[in-house]
Amino acid sequence: MMKRTLLIAAALLGLSAPAFAAGETPVPPQLKWSFQGPFGTFDRAQLQRGFKVYREVCASCHGLSYIAFRNLSQPGGPEFSEAQVRALAAEYKIQDGPNDAGDMFERPGRAADRFPSPFPNENAAAAANGGKAPPDLSLMAKARTYERGFPWFITDVFRQYSENGADYLVALLNGYHEPPQGFQVPAGGHYNEYYPGHVIAMPKPLSDGQVEYPKNEAGQPQVPETVDQYARDVTAFLTWTAEPHLEARKRLGFQVILFLLVLAGLLYFTKKKIWARVGGEVEGHATPPMTHNP
Amino acid sequence: MSQHPTTYVPQSAFGKWFESRLPIAGLVHSSFIAFPVPRNLTYFWTFGAILVFMLVSQIVTGVFLAMYYTPNADLAFQSVEHIMRDVNYGWLLRYLHANGASMFFIAVYLHIFRNFYYGSYKAPREVLYILGVIIFILMMSTAFMGYVLPWGQMSFWGATVITNLFSAIPLVGETIVSFLWGGYAVGNPTLNRFFSLHYLLPFMTLGVVILHIWALHVPGQNNPTGIPIKSGKDAVPFTPYATIKDIFAVVVFMIFFAWWVFYIPNYLGHADNYIPANPAVTPAHIVPEWYFLPFYAILRAIPDKLGGVIAMFSAIIIWVFMPWLDTSKVRSTAYRPLYKQFFWVFVAVCVLLGWLGSKPAEGYYTLAAQICTVYYFAHFLIVLPVLGFVERPLPLPNSILESVMGVQKGGAGIPAGANAEPQSKG
Amino acid sequence: MAETTTHVAEPTRRDFLYIATGAAAAVGGATLVWPFVQSLAPDAATVAAGAPVEVDLTPIAEGQIVKVFWRGRLIFIRHRTPDEVKSAGDVNVASLRDPQSDAERVKDGKAQWLVVYGNCTHLGCVPLGQQGEYKGWFCPCHGSVFDTSGRVRGGPAPTNLPIPSYTFVSDTKIIIGQEEATA
Repeated sequence: MMKRTLLIAAALLGLSAPAFAAGETPVPPQLKWSFQGPFGTFDRAQLQRGFKVYREVCASCHGLSYIAFRNLSQPGGPEFSEAQVRALAAEYKIQDGPNDAGDMFERPGRAADRFPSPFPNENAAAAANGGKAPPDLSLMAKARTYERGFPWFITDVFRQYSENGADYLVALLNGYHEPPQGFQVPAGGHYNEYYPGHVIAMPKPLSDGQVEYPKNEAGQPQVPETVDQYARDVTAFLTWTAEPHLEARKRLGFQVILFLLVLAGLLYFTKKKIWARVGGEVEGHATPPMTHNP
Repeated sequence: MSQHPTTYVPQSAFGKWFESRLPIAGLVHSSFIAFPVPRNLTYFWTFGAILVFMLVSQIVTGVFLAMYYTPNADLAFQSVEHIMRDVNYGWLLRYLHANGASMFFIAVYLHIFRNFYYGSYKAPREVLYILGVIIFILMMSTAFMGYVLPWGQMSFWGATVITNLFSAIPLVGETIVSFLWGGYAVGNPTLNRFFSLHYLLPFMTLGVVILHIWALHVPGQNNPTGIPIKSGKDAVPFTPYATIKDIFAVVVFMIFFAWWVFYIPNYLGHADNYIPANPAVTPAHIVPEWYFLPFYAILRAIPDKLGGVIAMFSAIIIWVFMPWLDTSKVRSTAYRPLYKQFFWVFVAVCVLLGWLGSKPAEGYYTLAAQICTVYYFAHFLIVLPVLGFVERPLPLPNSILESVMGVQKGGAGIPAGANAEPQSKG
Repeated sequence: MAETTTHVAEPTRRDFLYIATGAAAAVGGATLVWPFVQSLAPDAATVAAGAPVEVDLTPIAEGQIVKVFWRGRLIFIRHRTPDEVKSAGDVNVASLRDPQSDAERVKDGKAQWLVVYGNCTHLGCVPLGQQGEYKGWFCPCHGSVFDTSGRVRGGPAPTNLPIPSYTFVSDTKIIIGQEEATA
């Protein structure tokens, strides 16, 4: 990927070798996320809505195997109450065992359990889905990205752009269209504008009004019940599942950098003070007068 | 380190008793306190300290990560996620370690190019320099094996591609590869041995670092003028002058480090490595970590399998011969107007190779990589030897002190006798 | 005059700077240790997995000891015979190393059920049931002797086998790791 290169190289080649690698896949639009930037935090209501979308739509095919029910109540996430989480967990059947008789058995889920997978194993998942197992979604927001060209991969470092996965997922979920004239979609495939190669095995998962959202006083949904809104909400939720400590990370980062700046300032003046004993710091070299020929 | 007459005299009775049995305090005193340092060192000379910090940081975070990591093909990915999600501050430890590898390489590349620019590899510092090349090779091996451990898609396929390099060796290649793998493909035994070696090599690196520092203290540090210390006026004692400067630089580097760790921790990684390893599916673009890219570009520039492997390894091995390939009598590029231009062309070629390494190996990219590869080797085999004969260097100053008088901040001269002797106060 | 002032002011200002820098560095260094030490503590999954476990007592015959695990720790559930209950009760509590009556160590009206942690309080070995002088437990490692109430009666162990928190949800079912709901 282009992003891990340095400025000069890209500058040199970026000028001389124009876009001959540019594919026909469009670049996903960059969206505004509550969790971007140095002080970003998740929008709890959005994560809760996103979880609802996952549960009612995605969960029938996609697992969330690194997430435990208890995670849903931990700080920095959707922050459901512990009672809600216990009740939610109990709705799931978890396989446990073996018991004293040596048999596996099913019991209601507990907060410590992880989300059960929709399929008993990968082969079963593939068999039920036309030969391609639907991937687990726990890490999806970090496991997908799109190519950033020059010079964006450099500016990304300074503006802390790390929502490439999220932007891609929203674009993908919105990217189901009729194929353009002459594009042959193979059997079992579906046309998607943003999927590399445009043929994706997953059928269009979302449609307007499919998931009911919480209502406000007027009896209207708090946010529109549209594909785009569903896509954003479920993506925000999946960003949290991929990076559950995002808020703690950014908060600690600010404190650490602030402290280091103060320490660096103190050290700088200490250094000046110490070097003043020998007449101040001198660095480098000078080209001496020409009279001193070696 | 014992070449410098130690001025250390233990004060206490216990100090005298101990010093006569193990003179370690005197060693530390002569190496890190009284050791004379050229007074004109720039911040490019602080990367040694920064590298020591990074090595320690990697070892400490790595030891803690190893307490939770499971080197098993079925569990490795899961155990890394366990660290990220459930272990207290596990996400911090892992991001420090993963980004720390990149920080380590940023620092080492600056350290290496500072050495190239100021001719630090030249006599009498050849052994010091070659030890540095060995450290770099150890670092690369360690980093490569470390990237395999999370057992994601890039881990698995990176390991497959790199170990397959050895299959290019005639006759014994296939056997060597199966010995590297411990099987007929990259698998659980491979992961296990990589973990073992990934834990071992940093301590070997530490050993070579000690030799590297030892070898540094024999001739002393080079400096921007490239001319040796001639009198006490050219130097200051290591402590407190170099020490405080190093600490300041390390803290500034930590701010840079923190930016990556806390705000863009996955920028330098690959999205594909958050997909568990799957031997049946290869990611669309197999790209090594950024610090390997120039060498990867050289590998792919050669259309022959064995040739590519030889070229790639030669690209590092050739560094060992630099002290003898460079025929110039002048160390510092500051006094070599012609070489200065070639130096920056060389830097540009290396960066360009890095960029090409990240691109698909086809069309113009391959051609550009081939041109850069030829230039890379020509720099060592033609530019360095020839320039020493044809170039007319600028006149060198008589001493470090004379050189820096002209650039001292504030324009004031050095107070006479201000630093004639290492100060006792500190 | 000005010169004198600087000479006087100089050391204080310098000292302040040095102390501030040193203090900041010390605070930073100490704080840096925190996440590393914290990472050694039981992780969130381990803590969450310590959910209470339910044990059905019906299959445990009189005189039998079963072993169960809670939070990775071994627990003995002993269905004591009337003789064992009696011998556990007929003890001069004051003479014990760790004085505790048998009644304190079982639930009211459930004296036949003894639930204790299964690791010797000396150095953690697993004592053998129905052995030793009091036919309670005998630890093979260093010879500690426990009676039928799990109290130490001899050997190097300093205290009785501790009682985990548990509660009877019915006459034949206990939940380990959960205190009685009513308090």
